[in-house]
Amino acid sequence: MRLFKVMANSPEINIDYVAKLARIELTSEEKEKYSQQLGQILGYFQKLSEIDVSDVEPSAHAHAIYNVWREDVEGTPMNVDDALMNAPAKRDNQIVVPKVVDDA
Amino acid sequence: MSSEIFYKNISELSAMLNSGEISAVELAQVYIDRKNAVDGKVGAFISSNEDEFLASAKKSDERRAKGATLSELDGIPIGLKDLLAVRGQKLTCASKMLENYVSPYTGTAMQKLEDAGALFWGRLNMDEFAMGSSCENSALQKTRNPWDLERIPGGSSGGSAAAVSAGECPATLGSDTGGSIRQPASLCGVVGMKPTYGLVSRFGLAAFASSLDQIGPFARTVKDASLVLKHIAGYDKFDSTSVNVKIDDYPSMLSTESLKGKKAGLPKEYFASGMDSEVREIVEKAIKKVEELGAEIVEVSLPHTELAIPVYYIIATAEASSNLARYDGIRYTHRSAEAKDVLDVYFKSRAEGFGEEVKRRIILGSYVLSSGYYDAYYLRAQKVRTLIRNDFEKAFENVDFIVAPTSPTTAFKVGEKTGDPLSMYLSDIYTINVNLAGLPGISVPCGFASDGMPVGLQMIGKAFDESNLLSYAHAYESACEWSKRNPQL
Repeated sequence: MRLFKVMANSPEINIDYVAKLARIELTSEEKEKYSQQLGQILGYFQKLSEIDVSDVEPSAHAHAIYNVWREDVEGTPMNVDDALMNAPAKRDNQIVVPKVVDDA
Repeated sequence: MSSEIFYKNISELSAMLNSGEISAVELAQVYIDRKNAVDGKVGAFISSNEDEFLASAKKSDERRAKGATLSELDGIPIGLKDLLAVRGQKLTCASKMLENYVSPYTGTAMQKLEDAGALFWGRLNMDEFAMGSSCENSALQKTRNPWDLERIPGGSSGGSAAAVSAGECPATLGSDTGGSIRQPASLCGVVGMKPTYGLVSRFGLAAFASSLDQIGPFARTVKDASLVLKHIAGYDKFDSTSVNVKIDDYPSMLSTESLKGKKAGLPKEYFASGMDSEVREIVEKAIKKVEELGAEIVEVSLPHTELAIPVYYIIATAEASSNLARYDGIRYTHRSAEAKDVLDVYFKSRAEGFGEEVKRRIILGSYVLSSGYYDAYYLRAQKVRTLIRNDFEKAFENVDFIVAPTSPTTAFKVGEKTGDPLSMYLSDIYTINVNLAGLPGISVPCGFASDGMPVGLQMIGKAFDESNLLSYAHAYESACEWSKRNPQL
């Protein structure tokens, strides 16, 4: 069921650039599929441009809360074993990752 | 009507435990047997641990024997959507990314349930990272609607709704970012409530869209939902967006007379188009019932309703693209075996770990936040969000609550919408603006379509007015027999 009409003039999306921002490797099939679907979705989003928001403040939250502080007191942090229990690779209380810096 | 124990509500079960008619261990066994009997068909559970469940039930019985029962929930099994943290339990978010993840800590709402003596029973299926409206985006399990196994249970908390509906748990917790509690509750014929944003701590809830997410209960009755809510609500220093308000004893404040003299707002935009004609008929009949129970029905206008879908899908995907950046393949997630360098770890682990819809939303969110598009999409959406909030504020100047459908259709067939994400997004029209405005909403069963599928009535309240909202829903529910029907499995 279609609730609303989808706009025809769907914007283009630079899928390689956005996938890079998102840090996700996409296959060529995925790129094609997402480009087409996201174009359609963004086309639907165009209806937002029809409305005048020049005097409207943005809402980041439903109920604004400002400056939440806590007392600066010591607590007990999570212990190392718990913090590392889900690590895909670990050694000597540290997470193992591929080499970041080249030998030079 | 059914006399089976697994279809009893918490009030009934609690009375049975108190009178000694049944022990917590025996009750736990009832639900284990029920799960073993029907979950092969329903598929509500991703995982469960019978030994832990029975051990916790034994402790409850020991407390009761000593007269040291912790609360009305002591000995009551409660299932958890698989994105809620309990130390030592798996937490998968129904994703390959977290397939082997075990929580190192317990989230606040779950800790409160444990402190009340409730017994955790099962990790329940969901759309991956709570993104979806049908549970079909789960990478780990297929859940079906207990009323018709060819249909979806709704989503994203589909497992939590189906488990209650099928009698596998008397109550469960889910999370609601854009309707993920109310919509599956409606589609599975149970009660589901999304509290006001900030009423329940989000600490220990895997984040999807932080400005919209709330934890809430599923149950067989409004009274049961109010009991669970009473125990999980409250300010928490670990969630700085939780709000320090007084938590009422909701169950004791329920009244079957509560609708008398109240004004119920009927948003004219909701009935304008797009609703299935049979759902409309059933919801209109339910609203008539609300009127018969003493409420005055007043038309209200929420003029920016149609814009809620683009606003929601911009804000939610933007927040998700940021929140899900933490699943990096480095610290506690799946890591690709193909990764040769650090960038590979990110790109390949995320490619392998995330499913199709999650990738789609992260990419959409990254796009609307990207340089050059931020103002046109994200900032503009936040401004229109203000207009949507203002719509509700204005409506609530004249009415005590709002009545609406929960979903424009009953549960659709498995596979019917998976190829068309936009069509799936549009089905959230009646629920998402409640999240954008941060208001409480509840779905209660209000009838059945001719094909036997349940329909839900949504009631939307003023911020932090849970006591009254639950009471209105209770008054409606008490005047109907809908909640007493159960699926045949």
